[in-house]
Amino acid sequence: MNPPIPQRTAPPILRNLMFAGLCLLGAGALTAALWRPAELAAPGLSTVLAAASDDLSTVVEKVDHAFLTQWQASHVEPVEPASDLLVARRLSLALTGTVPSLEEIRALDKIPVADRQSWWLEYLFADRRSADYLAERFARAYVGIESGPFLVYRRNRMVSWLSDEFFANRRYDELARELIAAKGVWTSQPAANFITVTIDQNDKERGPDEIKLAARVTRAFLGVRIDCVQCHDDKFGDRWKQEDFHQLAAFFAEAEVALGGVRDKDGVIYEARMKGESETEVLTAKVPFAENLYPANSDGTPRERLAAWVTHPENTAFARATVNRVWALMFNRPLIEAVDDLPLDGPFPAGMEILAADLVAHDFDLRRLIRVIAASEAFQLESRAADPESPVSDIQKQQWAAFPLTRMRPEQMASSITQSASLAAINADSHIIRRLASFGDRTNFVQRYGDLGEDEFGEAAGTIPQRLLMMNGKVVRDRTGQNPVLNAATRVGMLAPDDESAVETAFLTTLSRQPTEAELAHFSEQLKGTKGKQRSREMEDLCWALLNSTEFSWNH
Amino acid sequence: MKSPSSLSADFSCGTHDHWSRRTLLKSAGLSGLAWLTPLAEILALDAEGTGARKGKRPRSVILLWLDGGPSQLDTFDPHPGKKIAFGAKAIDTAVPGIQLAAGLDRTAEVMQDISLIRSVVSKEGDHERAMYNIKTGYRPDPTVTHPAIGSIICHEMPKTDLEIPNHVSILPGRFPSRGGFLGAQFDAFQVNDPNQPIPDVTSSVTAEREQERIDSLKILENSFSAGRGKNLDRDTTLHLASIENARKMMTSDQLKAFDVSDTPKSESDPYGDSSFGRGCHAAVRLIEAGVRCVEVTLTGWDSHANNAESQAARVATLDPAFASLISDLKARDLLDDTIVLCGGEFGRTPLLNPVAGRDHWPHGFSMAIAGGGLVGGKVIGSTDPEGEKEEPERPARVEDVHATVQHVLGIDSSYEVMTPANRPIALSEGKVIKELLS
Repeated sequence: MNPPIPQRTAPPILRNLMFAGLCLLGAGALTAALWRPAELAAPGLSTVLAAASDDLSTVVEKVDHAFLTQWQASHVEPVEPASDLLVARRLSLALTGTVPSLEEIRALDKIPVADRQSWWLEYLFADRRSADYLAERFARAYVGIESGPFLVYRRNRMVSWLSDEFFANRRYDELARELIAAKGVWTSQPAANFITVTIDQNDKERGPDEIKLAARVTRAFLGVRIDCVQCHDDKFGDRWKQEDFHQLAAFFAEAEVALGGVRDKDGVIYEARMKGESETEVLTAKVPFAENLYPANSDGTPRERLAAWVTHPENTAFARATVNRVWALMFNRPLIEAVDDLPLDGPFPAGMEILAADLVAHDFDLRRLIRVIAASEAFQLESRAADPESPVSDIQKQQWAAFPLTRMRPEQMASSITQSASLAAINADSHIIRRLASFGDRTNFVQRYGDLGEDEFGEAAGTIPQRLLMMNGKVVRDRTGQNPVLNAATRVGMLAPDDESAVETAFLTTLSRQPTEAELAHFSEQLKGTKGKQRSREMEDLCWALLNSTEFSWNH
Repeated sequence: MKSPSSLSADFSCGTHDHWSRRTLLKSAGLSGLAWLTPLAEILALDAEGTGARKGKRPRSVILLWLDGGPSQLDTFDPHPGKKIAFGAKAIDTAVPGIQLAAGLDRTAEVMQDISLIRSVVSKEGDHERAMYNIKTGYRPDPTVTHPAIGSIICHEMPKTDLEIPNHVSILPGRFPSRGGFLGAQFDAFQVNDPNQPIPDVTSSVTAEREQERIDSLKILENSFSAGRGKNLDRDTTLHLASIENARKMMTSDQLKAFDVSDTPKSESDPYGDSSFGRGCHAAVRLIEAGVRCVEVTLTGWDSHANNAESQAARVATLDPAFASLISDLKARDLLDDTIVLCGGEFGRTPLLNPVAGRDHWPHGFSMAIAGGGLVGGKVIGSTDPEGEKEEPERPARVEDVHATVQHVLGIDSSYEVMTPANRPIALSEGKVIKELLS
């Protein structure tokens, strides 16, 4: 058996040496600012333990038990648990969209083994990058990725507001209500962009589009694709009638855009033409299921009443849709395919009902949900079998008895390449020059690599343009080529005390793991006896191979 | 269960009807992306024609994409002397009775090879939605991303002897053709003006050093594949396969087809000195090299103001390029092998707006279609010369154009492909436009 990630600890001297070397290099003030390994803005251990000391373990045990029961029933053995570092990498990719930095890996090393994962999670929550990244990912479900009708829509405003809300860990049901019932001007009331994005640029008179809004709300917040029956009754079952969809759309009939932004104009009627009819008919707002949860009194606008119904604690569809989306963000694959198409009445896979109930019971606390999923056995498993002779089977993959192997997203790739070239974490504290370089590279790279758009969790394999971009493209070349100021590859080659340490460091910054014996032997041999430019070239080739590997390009 | 690749051998009868939806589903669930392969292989046998069809079907498609929505009145459907022409002139063509808008002089000379559908109708008046509609043959649907016509054809008629991508988008613009639910490997490969080098196809290191890098990579791949099964790359990641194909491409002679800079002036000049002209020239060379589908985009047709001037400027670029593409394909004996489509996302309003512009008009607009053994010099449908009736005579739906192209290529449009979300979707829901066949 070949242990996937040997837990070898790098010599502490390396860290000290690098620090000394960096200070020497960074004689100018600017350069010094770039190099100084900042204190990690991490929570103290006591905060972490307090967060974890809740009844978290009880629900995690329940989730684990549910999976175990399912595995036993179908005679599936789970694979071995993954190493701490691999789990840390997954969490970092899910929450910040990038691999951990060397500096972060070293800090993690210092935490007692038992507390490492909870400490890492709280560290990530405290890092603004997580809120920013989650905001972008959720925004895709709310408003898509297009720039939309410029006159009445500001996507950036909405995303930065969402980021603030995620950073404050706002109750998710409150957030959903604010979006659905949003009022005001899109610039000062960012939630209003949820409504204004549906306005047709060429037909602004029509105002917000009821059809698009009904589809967005049901998909993003209820995990129901009722919009399939916009033009005809349900083809694949008799659950939905065309009428159901249009009665739902009628909730948005009063929404309009006036001088003061989005508002609701009392008494506007909604009309639609049903299939087979020649005349349109007036439809009144009505929810398509769980009618008993709809507010009995007629206070508030139709949208406010709809929002109350969507997020009603007993309307489990809302909690399930939220669980499925957060699960998908963490595993890069939803618990139920597709992420916004869940059955209303089940059957549900292991874990779903427990997580949904816990979310409702704990005030729609997204961070708690993330903590529970992160601690679950399913998340902690390896993505491969320990025994190469009996590799991970399809049934193991289907049942979450192994962590799913999925292609990394373009922005995760771009950020990870840039991050791997820097020893310290590139975050809000990083120098502006590095952040700008990182941003410019990323935008161009994502475009070339191919953004998946709203189809976030579709199964996708590698493509030729992606490989060309990684093999020969500017971003990788710039980030691995000889450059003692900007590139870890060059610096590590110069400063590491020996060949082995240089190889180990390169592996940690790119793959977040130590090399295997075979890998260490091969790459140390390449470096042996080299110096100066030749050594930089060898380091560049090593980093090229690491960045071009399947392991770097796939979440695992 | 048999492995997917061994299945293709059972299809010597050359039909994919035996490949039931159920089997496909099973295979999809069990072996990741592999389900795309066998079907493609089977259809390859079918479409390339191991039997009677051989040599009789066209094999390639060129789409000249007029981005922004060209005005039918100022291109393929002029109504000279009528109010809605607003002074726009028309010219006679090589085919008696067919007129084109003034400015399409060179195109007029090859009219016998081109047919016009003057009655295309759609329900999409927004650029992005209409682009999706025309390129895929389906209206946008939030539950699924449909593949563009070029991706469908590449999927149904895969090529194995090509070292460069078989689906290419030159001057990709805002919405290059995508593989949608068929997968990103069917996305068009995007290149800019053929006078610029293709991005990222040149290695920055020596061949020797690159080989060392690849050798090192293999060591990493060995570590990663352990415990993940023998067919990790083939069935799931296509990572090393893509690297291999990318490297094949980097050193391929076929890459030269992209580069029109060293062709004789006598060959390149007729296309006009424009990026679109060079794109059309490169498209012909790519088709000659064996590429399946090429799209070339000409932007700037969205004439909401000063319609006459801006359309005329675009026509001046389109005319030499389009005409040269047709005559060049013919001269190389490739026109019967290649279907050429030319059009945009919608037409433009019969009436002018207050700033002398024409707005979006999906109710009756034109597409030109040529080659592939289709009838040339024919006009399908007509729009109201007075601009009063919205509905054209003999309306042709967008999907009908798709069904026609697929039919001519030997692809059965009614065949349902299973999406990754297990929803069967027909290659096209349109009806063949029979008038174009004979």
